[in-house]
Amino acid sequence: MSPEKMVTMANQIATFFMTQPGEDQASRVADHINDFWEPRMRRQLLDYVAAGGEGLSPLLIEATKEVREPAQ
Amino acid sequence: MKDFIIPWNDADMGTPAKTGAPVTLTVDGAAVTVPEGTSVMRAAYEAGITVPKLCATDSVEAFGSCRLCVVEIEGRRGTPASCTTPVVEGMVVRTQSAKVQKIRKGVMELYISDHPLDCLTCSANGDCELQDMAGAVGLRDVRYEPGENHFDPTGTGALSMADAKRREGDGNFRYIPKDESNPYFTYDPSKCIVCSRCVRACEEVQGTFALTIEGRGFESRVSAGGAVDDFLTSDCVSCGACVQACPTATLQEKSVAELGTPTRSVVTTCAYCGVGCSFKAEMNGDQLVRMVPYKNGKANRGHSCVKGRFAYGYAEHKDRILSPMIRESIDDPWQEVSWDEAIGFAAKRLKSLQKDYGRRSVGVITSSRCTNEETYLVQKLARGVFMNNNTDTCARVCHSPTGYGLGQTFGTSAGTQDFDSVEQTNVVIVIGANPTDGHPVFASRLKKRLRAGAELIVIDPRRIDLVKSAHVEAAHHLPLRPGTNVAVVTALSHVIVTEGLMDEDFIRERCDWNEFLEYADFVSQERHSPEATEMLTGVPAETLRAAARTFARGGNGAIYYGLGVTEHSQGSTTVMGIANLAMLTGNIGRPGVGVNPLRGQNNVQGSCDMGSFPHELPGYRHVKLPEVRKTFEAAWGVTIDPEPGLRIPNMLDAAVDGTFKGLYCQGEDILQSDPDTKHVAAGLAAMECVIVHDLFLNETANYAHVFLPGSSFLEKDGTFTNAERRINMVRRVMAPKAGYADWEVTQLLAQAMGADWEYAHPREIMAEIAATTPTFAGVTYERINELGSIQWPCNDDAPEGTPLMHVDEFKRGKGRFMITEYVATDEKTGPRFPLLLTTGRILSQYNVGAQTRRTANSTWHEEDVLEIHPHDAEVRGVKEGDFVKLASRSGETALRATLTDRVSTGVVYTTFHHPDTQANVITTDFSDWATNCPEYKVTAVQVSPSNGPTDWQERYNAQAEQSRRILPAAE
Repeated sequence: MSPEKMVTMANQIATFFMTQPGEDQASRVADHINDFWEPRMRRQLLDYVAAGGEGLSPLLIEATKEVREPAQ
Repeated sequence: MKDFIIPWNDADMGTPAKTGAPVTLTVDGAAVTVPEGTSVMRAAYEAGITVPKLCATDSVEAFGSCRLCVVEIEGRRGTPASCTTPVVEGMVVRTQSAKVQKIRKGVMELYISDHPLDCLTCSANGDCELQDMAGAVGLRDVRYEPGENHFDPTGTGALSMADAKRREGDGNFRYIPKDESNPYFTYDPSKCIVCSRCVRACEEVQGTFALTIEGRGFESRVSAGGAVDDFLTSDCVSCGACVQACPTATLQEKSVAELGTPTRSVVTTCAYCGVGCSFKAEMNGDQLVRMVPYKNGKANRGHSCVKGRFAYGYAEHKDRILSPMIRESIDDPWQEVSWDEAIGFAAKRLKSLQKDYGRRSVGVITSSRCTNEETYLVQKLARGVFMNNNTDTCARVCHSPTGYGLGQTFGTSAGTQDFDSVEQTNVVIVIGANPTDGHPVFASRLKKRLRAGAELIVIDPRRIDLVKSAHVEAAHHLPLRPGTNVAVVTALSHVIVTEGLMDEDFIRERCDWNEFLEYADFVSQERHSPEATEMLTGVPAETLRAAARTFARGGNGAIYYGLGVTEHSQGSTTVMGIANLAMLTGNIGRPGVGVNPLRGQNNVQGSCDMGSFPHELPGYRHVKLPEVRKTFEAAWGVTIDPEPGLRIPNMLDAAVDGTFKGLYCQGEDILQSDPDTKHVAAGLAAMECVIVHDLFLNETANYAHVFLPGSSFLEKDGTFTNAERRINMVRRVMAPKAGYADWEVTQLLAQAMGADWEYAHPREIMAEIAATTPTFAGVTYERINELGSIQWPCNDDAPEGTPLMHVDEFKRGKGRFMITEYVATDEKTGPRFPLLLTTGRILSQYNVGAQTRRTANSTWHEEDVLEIHPHDAEVRGVKEGDFVKLASRSGETALRATLTDRVSTGVVYTTFHHPDTQANVITTDFSDWATNCPEYKVTAVQVSPSNGPTDWQERYNAQAEQSRRILPAAE
């Protein structure tokens, strides 16, 4: 998908969990992405972050540390 | 009707059932005990005795006009009508005596004196209560000579229409010709006995109040609408309740007149909306004569709408494709081939795609139109044969946020109540749903409750019919700006919490108290007050406060919602907000309350239950869980991929990227129904093997390489699960016209790809579902037949199913309050696109219209029109009926405009039933944050005058026409 679309989708998730109480928002964002994003979508996200992650919210970038690396 | 396959008794007991303390009486020497309030007529029926009747039927309250049901009661004077006389303890009733027999004969004689005697050629012959009663009371002579009557057009005293043909006379001003304006039934005033059953059914059952009795005494006639109206121009919604209630041929299905009286019937389930009405398919041989709502159906209780009752003709439509077809490229014409060749072609292509592009390069879309068993097999095809989790279903684009939102808060993805629950509700919130159009049979049940005094709050940008219609008026209408649901729902909670209206006992007992405190702290903030959000939402603060108070103080409060909630960037958040509201007010876990998603399609609940989502195995269990995978791995003998698969929008994105190449799409038209048509078309065009399995060459098939003919719901066995989690039987009434039921086709494809599937009947598939899915553990076909239907969960704890969920505790334990911060959608109005478009559906058409457009339902709605406020129209120079161009940043289309103040200024509305319009070329690719459910309900648009279809529409139609060419099969 286009990087803009992926950034929008990812940031939407971060925006929701940012408002949730507690200290573990980054983990919850990562859990959500691990649960619902197919490996090639996670691959695209991780590659995008590695390339600078322009436009991604800080919480999302924090969360990608816990996003599971796709096996293939 | 003599030859029922299912021998459940659905005889007419004369008057409605009552609930009350037991009362014992004697009828013709037999003792019988019935609930207090029951009529003598119904008590007699319970004792096995049928009292003659004409104006009584158990779908409406007794009326006492025909006097045919008179009986004698010991100690009472005269001969009371048994239909209007309630039972009393110790009452002694005699239904037969010389006295009542004489009265009944006299009554019948009078009726017959103004009724044509052409019974043999009458369309109700064999199915006429007047005829039956004449026999039952022993009418053997009519002493009256022909005189003034309503049935003889010549005015010469003819006894029948046949007789009148030979005569000439001055004419009979009382004779009114048949009204044939409705496409499905006729009104023949000459046969009317003025029993008022139709009028009462229209009021009590349907709640439309379209019919009345006009005139007095001998002049009395049934009349639809006003003086100049016929049935079609009146308010009549063609639900069929009047036809159902009519004891004669006065209101009669045209299909019966044409095809003859049906001789057998099979109880089955409607294939339209998520209400899941039970119908009797009444047949002659394997020809369907009519669909009649089934009285014992627990979702519909004997009612129906224009779609289920009448719009079944698509199953016989000439457009149906009955031969499999293939083509090398989508630019080629279709070639008709054998099933073997088509399946072989599809399997070979899919296998080669997986070899070239990897295991995850192909996927499936399961259908919410098809049965549970068929859906289960399609997702099994993905998981057990393709060896990936690329399976999704149209719930992605409708109720996926319900799954996520209710899963997070309550722990399960389903409505909490049955439809009967509405009878005990005191205050109802309808948010983002238009039940009178989308879920009409439920709407009728709701309206009945509203007429009995329940209060209604409507939260919708449009003034939907429920806001004000005959004898129904919403206490509060909150006309919010599209896209601000979360702000409105949170503001309602703000009022309830800050004014101390919450049910603290319930919250302490049933919910996590700490989470509640955090939530209370959040909603109490001044920025969530109705005053603070008024500018944003457009809902006056006082109206919102009043609505919150009504809901919190009103007693049993129930929330019903639809796609106006889910199809937003914050769809899942709104669902959570609704769940919060229910928990806050203690409205969970008993009759009359609850959170009730109104499901769009017949089996959208079932398709979700069956593991159609790419992250969940059947029963809503994540594929990452090893113990769940183990269950299915043991049953299927394969290794299941632990990674979530692609959702529909992700599949299309991946296709455009070149990593997703093959799709098996069963019974869904993604090109028309999914948002941003151009993007969908690009995705489909990029695939190398698109298999469409459908009744018709739908829009998606324009991009398909293999077409597999589908079977209609009349042609297969299986089950549908409706919005109440009710598993209803679908029963085959005729052989599949293309040779195979849909589950057999999926099995053929699986076998061709190497699977060892050997299902001989859908009951075996259900057995596998029950064995692997705990919520279905107790479900078998035998059990469903025995109980009529079953609401899941059905297992050892609930062997007869579960009408109400979360009764003592939530599925997840403690109810969980979620913080619902409003986030404005990125889809914003601006100078280029200053209006907000929202979409929906109407009564007579259904979704993409593939079915209803191929029936006479198009009489009511032959094209999509744009509703626009007169002010917005005026400044654009748009007049009623003008062609206008509707443009968004995604695309543009043209359609006709209608001016109405049902929509607010700044908002326009249209339906998406017609491919010529393609409303979805306008909608964007924004979607719900959690589930990717598209934001259909908010699109920034501009409207301008236009001369006709846009270039895009013309190009699209040309491509579609080119793509639908079929070469005949080679001999």
